[in-house]
Amino acid sequence: MQFNNYVKSLIVVVALAFVAGCSSTGGTQDGSMDGSADGAGRQGATTGQVGGTGMGQGQGMQGQGQGMQQGQGQGRIPQQRTIYFDYDKETIRPEFESTLNANAQYLRSNPNARVVLQGHGDERGTREYNLGLGERRAKAVERYLAVQGVSDSQIEIVSYGEERPAVDGHSEDAYAQNRRVVFDY
Amino acid sequence: MKPVFAMLTALLLLVSNLAKADLTIEITQGSDRAVPIAIVPFAQQGQANLPENIAEIVRNDLAHSGQFSPLADNALIARPHSSEQVNYRDWRAVDSNYLVVGQVTPEGSDYRIQFELLDIYGERRMLGEVVTVGQNQLRSAAHYISDQVFEAVTDIRGAFSTKIAYVTAEGAADSRRYGLHIADADGHNSQQILTSDEPIMSPAWSPDGNKLAYTSFETGRPAIYVQNLANSQRVQVTSFQGINGAATWSPDGRKLAMSLSKDGQPEIYTMDIAAGNFQRLTNNSAIDTEPDWSPDGESLLFTSDRSGGPQLYRYDLSSGEAKRITFTGNYNSRGRFSPVGEDIFMIHRASDGYHVAKKDMKTDRLTVLTETRWDESPSVAPNGSMIIFATQEGNRGVLGVVSADGKASYRLPSAQGDVREPAWSPFLN
Repeated sequence: MQFNNYVKSLIVVVALAFVAGCSSTGGTQDGSMDGSADGAGRQGATTGQVGGTGMGQGQGMQGQGQGMQQGQGQGRIPQQRTIYFDYDKETIRPEFESTLNANAQYLRSNPNARVVLQGHGDERGTREYNLGLGERRAKAVERYLAVQGVSDSQIEIVSYGEERPAVDGHSEDAYAQNRRVVFDY
Repeated sequence: MKPVFAMLTALLLLVSNLAKADLTIEITQGSDRAVPIAIVPFAQQGQANLPENIAEIVRNDLAHSGQFSPLADNALIARPHSSEQVNYRDWRAVDSNYLVVGQVTPEGSDYRIQFELLDIYGERRMLGEVVTVGQNQLRSAAHYISDQVFEAVTDIRGAFSTKIAYVTAEGAADSRRYGLHIADADGHNSQQILTSDEPIMSPAWSPDGNKLAYTSFETGRPAIYVQNLANSQRVQVTSFQGINGAATWSPDGRKLAMSLSKDGQPEIYTMDIAAGNFQRLTNNSAIDTEPDWSPDGESLLFTSDRSGGPQLYRYDLSSGEAKRITFTGNYNSRGRFSPVGEDIFMIHRASDGYHVAKKDMKTDRLTVLTETRWDESPSVAPNGSMIIFATQEGNRGVLGVVSADGKASYRLPSAQGDVREPAWSPFLN
């Protein structure tokens, strides 16, 4: 069901991208799906890499966001797509509000865009309970986005608990990097 | 959304017998209450070089149980292979309470194994039996002998012929491969039954030992599957929005208990497998997860953080009431009933980390059983005598086993990668 929605949104995005590509006057061909989604005429809104940026593979997970830094603002999938949490907490830390705001703005201005909020925790404690904690963090982000006016139909939550750490290791530093929510577009 | 019942023959994902990654046992702690027993190497008639050393397998099984302290080979005062050849006085001199002797005779392509258990102080034969097996069943035959000896001496059914399921993870964080495996309880004869680039979690044996339920993220979302071990066919039983996890079987094998967050937050549900319908048991804003069915099928244990931190609760299926049962410490989770008696095993957080602990429901006493600090996923042997769990050794995930009294323990590391989420099978014979 969710997958169908995702496919539909991709189709819409690709179609818009095509239209945009036809109507734009020499866009920059940087190949990100995002700029295209909010309509024709915006520069850089052409085709390609729909799967690459959309599925959040590898580099997307790390929040490094390659190849999409040229846009200015709401047309682009934000570069910062990971926020971090304190131990045993799902409170949004103030320093990550700008990250959330940028993603909220993107989702608002791209009603066809969909995001999976991946909730993650560190390895301490039992696995199934940690799934619950990861989901709580993702839901905290979902609530924040809702307050910012993002439609809940754009958001899906998948909690991985401690199953997909960003970094290996058993240090406090590793734990801090693993307690996170990732925007997976 | 209606649950999806899809028969999948998962050809791509199911790999059987591909990766032989056996676990090897390292004893970490012996029990001071262990009973001395001598196991004499079995005499071999006919051809030399039996592919398996029966006496050694029996000796290892009994030693791992923590209930026996087998004499070292060089302490064996004689090498009899049948009761007629035994001089009881000799064995009293080396303080052995029991003696196991036997012999193996080839019979065509099979082997005829004769064994006897002798009570040294009572000067009597307790067991005398003959089993005939094929060459690839020699290990099974040895475990069978261990089971018989264990039960004759302790009055507790042996669990050496059982199996374990476990999950492995290999590779760096961004390129991890997950595997689901089944092996003999001593780590031998491992078979990979599922492999995936996405997490695999929470394997749980059906009470008849023929199926495993587990959670797999292979579609990018968690779903619960039930896989038939004989033919590798499987069914996706849930794929709701949100968490689909922590499945465990009812004692009659007809239902699964699980944690689903489709209605907001993780709640405990039971599912009638044949009918496909669900019953929601809990309803609150907390995380409710990790259900386990009581052996009599009348109640469920589960973890909830409704009081703040995670604690164990017991849900009575007839009254529909949940009662908190752990009060020691601020983190008790993943409770598992002992299949026998009144004990409940769990993960308990102490000041120095997460340990396997036991709560005696009669005395209300909570006892920490392990010294390892990062324990998870306790699973109890079907005879209640041992608990297998996941822990860390160095930077690797390994399996550990501890006796129910905490006095004996051993580890089951794999040659490579992390091993985790062990599940001990029911009795299979």
